[in-house]
Amino acid sequence: MDKMPAWADAVLVPLFSIVLAAILSALVILAIGESPVEAFKLMVEGALMRSAGWGYTLYYATNFIFTGLCVSVAFHARMFNIGGEGQAMIGGLGVALACLYIPWPHWTVALMGATVAGAAFGAAWAFIPAYLQAKRGSHIVITTIMFNFIAAAVLNYVLVNILRPPGAQDPATGPFPDATHLPTFQQMFSTAETAMFRGAPANVTFFLAVIACVAVWLLIWRTRLGYEIRAFGHSETAARYAGISPVRITVIAMLISGGLAGLMALNTTMGEAERLVMNATEGAGFIGIAVALMGRSHPLGVFLAALLFGFLYQGGAELALWTNIPRELITVIQALVILFTGALDNMVRMPLEKLFLAMRRGNAT
Amino acid sequence: MDLDTLIQVLDSTIRLATPLLLACLAGLFSERAGIFDIGLEGKMLISAFFSAGVAFTTGSIWLGLLAGMAGSLVLSAIHGLASITFRGNQLISGVALNFLASGITVLIAQTWFSQGGRTPSLPEGARFAEITLPLAETLRPVPVLGPVYADLISGHSILVYVALLMVPLTWWVLFRTRFGLRLRAVGEAPEAVDTAGVSVTGLRFAAVGICGLLCGLAGAYLATGLQAGFVREMTAGRGYIALAALIFAKWRPWYALGACMLFGFLQAIALRYQNIDLGAFVVPVQAMDALPYILTVVILAGFVGKAIPPRAGGEPYVKER
Repeated sequence: MDKMPAWADAVLVPLFSIVLAAILSALVILAIGESPVEAFKLMVEGALMRSAGWGYTLYYATNFIFTGLCVSVAFHARMFNIGGEGQAMIGGLGVALACLYIPWPHWTVALMGATVAGAAFGAAWAFIPAYLQAKRGSHIVITTIMFNFIAAAVLNYVLVNILRPPGAQDPATGPFPDATHLPTFQQMFSTAETAMFRGAPANVTFFLAVIACVAVWLLIWRTRLGYEIRAFGHSETAARYAGISPVRITVIAMLISGGLAGLMALNTTMGEAERLVMNATEGAGFIGIAVALMGRSHPLGVFLAALLFGFLYQGGAELALWTNIPRELITVIQALVILFTGALDNMVRMPLEKLFLAMRRGNAT
Repeated sequence: MDLDTLIQVLDSTIRLATPLLLACLAGLFSERAGIFDIGLEGKMLISAFFSAGVAFTTGSIWLGLLAGMAGSLVLSAIHGLASITFRGNQLISGVALNFLASGITVLIAQTWFSQGGRTPSLPEGARFAEITLPLAETLRPVPVLGPVYADLISGHSILVYVALLMVPLTWWVLFRTRFGLRLRAVGEAPEAVDTAGVSVTGLRFAAVGICGLLCGLAGAYLATGLQAGFVREMTAGRGYIALAALIFAKWRPWYALGACMLFGFLQAIALRYQNIDLGAFVVPVQAMDALPYILTVVILAGFVGKAIPPRAGGEPYVKER
């Protein structure tokens, strides 16, 4: 018998974790001599009360949806892909190459092409760790960490020595051609009278991220492959007994995971910067870990958690602008969320389970 | 390359290898006891900050060192709580602690010093001074050996020598004491240790604590020995390089010394030369940056000698009921 009903496991445990993280964050804000209430008001004001704020929130959320899905898919196969950052970097390289060297007639076609390129490059970067895990038993966490650093070195080399336009100073590619520019929310939703999402970087990629959520849900819960991935994640021996090849599932799950991370680059590289810069990922690959843990590896949960983190990011930027609270506060909140929803899960779960058991006993008598 | 250049490169190799070595030995204790620790980076970072901050405020490097080690120990305690007491995922806990350190150091630094998330430069007394070993100047005129002794072996801060001494000490503790035997056993077969009536929890907490102390030394050296003050993200991936070195060394103290020296040498070369012209082709500086990680992946892949981690590593221990 389960100790807790499923809804409590899916909703209450993450909720309690978030409340704990929020309380601790408020204490941190108090400790550095600011008011948590004022800070929260400012964050809501800056991130949610204006359409431009929403434009930033959704822009960040788009990144986190992709990286959150990336980590989730790997989690379903019981693998911890910590390499989303590196896979997104290399995905960005694929997007940049597709945008720079193929003469696209229109942004729709360019987006499709860049999607394929970004996903392919991201997946390729995940392939070696996946293969080594499947065939040689090398721990995927360690190899993907190493591949993050190798990706940074590769990207640095390519940008500085190959893709940088002659005479340019900063390590970045030249601007992408006009035909590859994606429509932003400002262009899509503004009418002649009212400008919406003014200056915000949110763009059409957001809808791609939503489609990705649906696609991942379909994949994990409605296809044979998804079933195999989940079965493998639950019990490798049982999966093997059922004729599921561990090598195949490990590699495929990681390829999908890496591909999703690579797609994140569409948003930052093609949608926002319109050129490839050195630090395009801005740590979003790691935030994907927090998003996936909080969203319980379910696409809907990932979507909501990504929105929350988008809000935190945009709100954090507002805080840094108007108060003495640096942006790093968001890093602390992110750490607390990972700690409570991931590592200290049992600390939240055990008392709740006891509570439910006690209630059940009370009903029985 | 003449002798002077060689000595300079090797000298900076020793300096750069010291924080790696301390962090690597820290990880060695933890992982040998079956607790994976990818939070070495965060512990070093928080110790770097607190050692620099306290050393600047009090003017005493020793108080700074203590503060740094205390900060690192706090993170260790959280890691122990999450991964031993609450049987959580050790890897996720490590990731969380790295972020915690990266955020909280800048946050406190900004509130404390208002210098954009850094500490002010440390004055002379608040840093570890360089120690001149006896007879260094007298022996300098001796050809080859003189400069090697005076510049390479002498003239480092105390923590460098501590780090080097930690290697035989770690070896002795792990392989020649009862505590070490039990610690290794708890990483291989905790149920056996439990059966023998020794506390698995206690041993693992002890290992995690030692890991915190050593990371504290590593971070303090970074901010008060290698550099004069804390800047944001100053560990710059060193915790992960130490982790790589640990795997490269196959979880053994003497191998760890070799691996850290090798990775320190690569860093020293990358620092000194940008691109290395080998005549036929040029080795870009990025290749030097990536080499420790590539070597580790190759070792992990088991193509050149297999790296086998402690058997119970990463597994929370649950007593059978």
